[in-house]
Amino acid sequence: MTHLHLDHVSIEFPTPKGPFKALHEVSLKIDKGEFVSLIGHSGCGKSTVLNIVAGLHQATAGGVLLDGREVNAPGPDRGVVFQNHSLAPWLSVYQNVELAVRQVFKGKKTRAEMREWIQHNLELVHMGHAMNRRPDEISGGMKQRVGIARALAMEPKVLLMDEPFGALDALTRAHLQDSLMEIHADLNNTVIMITHDVDEAVLLSDRIVMMTNGPAATVGEILEVDLERPRRRVELGGDPRYVQHRQEVLRFLYEKHAKIEEFPRRQAADRQRKAPPQARKTG
Amino acid sequence: MRLTLPNLTWAESLRSLTRGELPVVQWQALARAILLPLIGLAAFLFVWAQTAPLINTSLGQFPGPAQVYAQAGNLWAEHRAEQARAAEFYERVEQMNAQRLAQDPNYVPRERRFSGRTTFIDQVKTSLQTVLAGFIVASVIAIPLGIVIGLSNSLYAAANPVIQLLKPISPLAWLPLVTLVVSALYVTDNPAFSRSFLVSVFTVTLCSLWPTLINTAVGVANTSRDLLNVSRVLRLSWWTHVRRIVLPGAVPMIFTGLRLSLGIAWMVLIAAEMLSQNPGLGKFVWDEFQNGSSASLSRIMVAVIVIGMIGFLLDRSMLLLQRLVSWDKAAVLR
Repeated sequence: MTHLHLDHVSIEFPTPKGPFKALHEVSLKIDKGEFVSLIGHSGCGKSTVLNIVAGLHQATAGGVLLDGREVNAPGPDRGVVFQNHSLAPWLSVYQNVELAVRQVFKGKKTRAEMREWIQHNLELVHMGHAMNRRPDEISGGMKQRVGIARALAMEPKVLLMDEPFGALDALTRAHLQDSLMEIHADLNNTVIMITHDVDEAVLLSDRIVMMTNGPAATVGEILEVDLERPRRRVELGGDPRYVQHRQEVLRFLYEKHAKIEEFPRRQAADRQRKAPPQARKTG
Repeated sequence: MRLTLPNLTWAESLRSLTRGELPVVQWQALARAILLPLIGLAAFLFVWAQTAPLINTSLGQFPGPAQVYAQAGNLWAEHRAEQARAAEFYERVEQMNAQRLAQDPNYVPRERRFSGRTTFIDQVKTSLQTVLAGFIVASVIAIPLGIVIGLSNSLYAAANPVIQLLKPISPLAWLPLVTLVVSALYVTDNPAFSRSFLVSVFTVTLCSLWPTLINTAVGVANTSRDLLNVSRVLRLSWWTHVRRIVLPGAVPMIFTGLRLSLGIAWMVLIAAEMLSQNPGLGKFVWDEFQNGSSASLSRIMVAVIVIGMIGFLLDRSMLLLQRLVSWDKAAVLR
């Protein structure tokens, strides 16, 4: 049985101008322990796919099955790592994770076990040293680590990551990618990650799902990344297979489904067209 | 230690000064924090002293700072005298009871209360108790109600027109209604509170409710989307959601509301006491106005200044409370 099955998922959002179809029949089968990236231009509905899997949005047609059961509400079996960390600023790093752990393991773990579990997860993301800090006292990369720890601590069946490293600088991002690969090798979680970054997608994923542009976005192509693990970014840089994978993704994004950012140009053209006719005559 | 000159409080700079840190910068900060306010106050007193004698009223010249200061002393002396009389009275009662008890062992002493004049200080106490009671009642209603309204967009839309309609109503408009309703509903043989106290309290409540209610609702409604999603993913119970996610985020807004409410409560109370002749500072001002002696204007000025000082202190204590309670210690509070 497929672990996670997106079956012809479509979604429409009501707008004042009538319904807007964001996704059209997105179908995807993901195996246990697989690392899948969703890549596509901004606004193509990647986040919407993730939110539907998370249960935060409801598909208008089709549906999502997790271990054969339909997903129709959010729940801790699908841990979400949000783009901008979304830690509660009034809780310490420890308390932020604790909020999740208490909720998920209420009655299943004793207080001491919970404590140990929280510490274990924070150490997994190398944040054991900052447990009593507040989110505003740590860097963006550290916040994102805590966000990952919080999601992992729920022991989710699927880890959903919405551009988890998008807001970070390149070096911090590389560190976190390495950490994430380590964790994935250790725990063998099923992961769906949204990204804009082609290198990140090739480096981390078993499969890269490339999405067409919206409206009515859907799965364009799926690329199998057959690079053995563990992967090292420095060595991969010269690997011809890596280069080829990169190229395939780039070709999809910038040739087959190039997004024409026509808005600024058209505005300029409009302005010219609206220029007073006399000016044109004299000029 | 982080040094940001304008935000340095005088206590902090004093502390650093005694440790001998950065003397020049600290002196500047100290001057800014203490000297400038003193200069402002001195300028105010000067203008007051210069203009007051130019105004002639039917009760004589408008009092300057010196006359007002003298009257403040008088009011305090009157209070001390009244206290002495009360002490004397109770002593006499006790002696009498002891004598009666010696003659007749079965004698049960009667409770006697001293019924002296209510002094200025008594009125201040009454007003403070009333404003705090009214403010607490208002907060106890407004904060939970604001949370419930803020959590639901529909409820917010439904409640908003009612709130906007009731918010601008003057205390003077509520007063007759509150008086009649309290008289009609509060009928007991041995009242725990006097009727006038309740009328004042409820008038204050009705007027000071709104800023807290609105600010709480807005603060709750502005909970970050991401945190709401976290809460949904975790399937937090309603109570945990409110306690751990919504309420802490709304605390700064709630305190903004509470400070506005307390300010309004204090202003409303003085007006209400004046109009309804309920005991308190407002009544004191009105009585002095009716009294019309040569000292009246000075005595009213004392009351006016005390009203201002209490309002200021109430606001500062709310600020202090916010500093203690709020998680956001970095917020600049002023």
